[in-house]
Amino acid sequence: MPSTGKSKIMTMGNMSCLEMGRTERIRRKYYGRYVSGLAIVVILLLIVRAFKNGMIDWGIVGEFLTAESILVGLLKTIIMAPLAMLLGLVLGLVIALMRMSPNPVCSSFAVGYMWLFRGSPQLLQLFLWYNIALVFPTITIPYLFSMPTIQVMTPFVATLLGLGICQSAYTAEVFRAGIISVDKGQGEAAAALGMGGGLSMRRIILPQAMRAIVPPVGNEFIGMVKATSLASAIQYTEILNAAQRIYYVNNYVIELLIVATVWYLFIVSLLTIGQSFLERRIGRGFERR
Amino acid sequence: MSNKVEIRGLTKSFGSVQVLHDVDFTVKEGEIVCLIGPSGSGKSTLLRCINQLEEAQSGIIRVDGLIQGWSERSGKLYELSPRNITAQRSHIGMVFQRFNLFPHLTALENIIEAPIHVRGIRRAEAIKQARQLLENVGLANKQDSYPSELSGGQQQRVAIARALAMKPRLMLFDEPTSALDPELVSEVLAVMKNLAEIGMTMIVVTHELGFAREVADRVAFMDQGRIVESGTPEELLTSPRNSRTKSFISSVLQ
Repeated sequence: MPSTGKSKIMTMGNMSCLEMGRTERIRRKYYGRYVSGLAIVVILLLIVRAFKNGMIDWGIVGEFLTAESILVGLLKTIIMAPLAMLLGLVLGLVIALMRMSPNPVCSSFAVGYMWLFRGSPQLLQLFLWYNIALVFPTITIPYLFSMPTIQVMTPFVATLLGLGICQSAYTAEVFRAGIISVDKGQGEAAAALGMGGGLSMRRIILPQAMRAIVPPVGNEFIGMVKATSLASAIQYTEILNAAQRIYYVNNYVIELLIVATVWYLFIVSLLTIGQSFLERRIGRGFERR
Repeated sequence: MSNKVEIRGLTKSFGSVQVLHDVDFTVKEGEIVCLIGPSGSGKSTLLRCINQLEEAQSGIIRVDGLIQGWSERSGKLYELSPRNITAQRSHIGMVFQRFNLFPHLTALENIIEAPIHVRGIRRAEAIKQARQLLENVGLANKQDSYPSELSGGQQQRVAIARALAMKPRLMLFDEPTSALDPELVSEVLAVMKNLAEIGMTMIVVTHELGFAREVADRVAFMDQGRIVESGTPEELLTSPRNSRTKSFISSVLQ
């Protein structure tokens, strides 16, 4: 019994000290963090030094960064990526709505479409579009228009169709996920107000679905910018193709690949900034959730 | 008085679970009816059938004499087009348990959305009307707030104003206060009382027996998909005849 009394007094003594909030606190030192941080910096420095002393002519990189044919290639990339993405978004929305249709033919068609264009490699699809003249030598719309396919299916058109349609198979799923993520009560409230299916989708469901759609679409857009480089294989002279044409002549392979890399990073950085701006705008009304 | 809502032989199942058993139910013009009963008794489903958020397997619902969802020609019922169903719904206001305000629109935008895009009235006129409605529900200063910036009670009052903006001939309330913190219930009930006073026909699914006693013309008790008993609030709440009504009321009052 006496020992219990003693410990009680000691506890009370500690308590009062803590309660007054004067007790000094000693943070733990995580030495491992210093070591790993230092290791990373050292490795980075070694890599930078290696490239500095490696056989890269940085002067050539600087020289070709703004060469005319590279800038034209850059322009073609900047034109192609949004156009193909736009095609991918429009077709993707149509496919997503078909996928959710109560009509079994519609939804089965959408499933088959996604299976086909997601399931085969993008590069292969580009080759198929580019060489479609082998299957259909002329394109004819009766009484209106007839033309050799080879004149229609230029590298530009083949790239646009190949990348856009392939993209739509992915964006369709993004749209569908976004639409499903909107609370069922929203559609019911719209219906109860006498809004029809199309109106409700356009004014109520899609604006809310956009919150879930924009981040992955931003991601897909970045993927699209890089996927335009595949078009170099079918003679569309975007950045990579432009860089290749130069190094086939002057043999500065790595230098020109670095030039292309710099420009891709530049475009993607701009897109990332644009995306966060867009996300803030679409998040209106949701800030405090 | 004429019948506003007339329901005959309504039967509804979700899969193998039958939630409405041959329900007959009538609401007169200007009448305020409270539907009470344990959860799962089919009250909400009955309400949702009236404005066709659910489709019943059999039975007929008439609102203002018009069969909901079907048109009758030479002894057969033909399914209405989505456009016609939408038009029928636009005359019936509905208030949901979870408010279901549009979160991407401000309070004012929530209210003017359907009048502009469904009724086709001019934006300026819709805004004028919406401001008046917001004032009526005591939220004149909240027109630019998003739903996430409003309390539950305020959201529900905006939702009521939104439904009223369509000038409905009938208002359906699906447990309008069940999702609210207790101290916010009265502000919503007060708005509903005002509505009752101006003669709106209302069907209210609720657990607020006090509101039912004070405001309702008639109270109906539902259990296991059937309307077990209905009568004046006095009759039903004070001296219920049916034993299930009795035990439900005593369990709610405890």
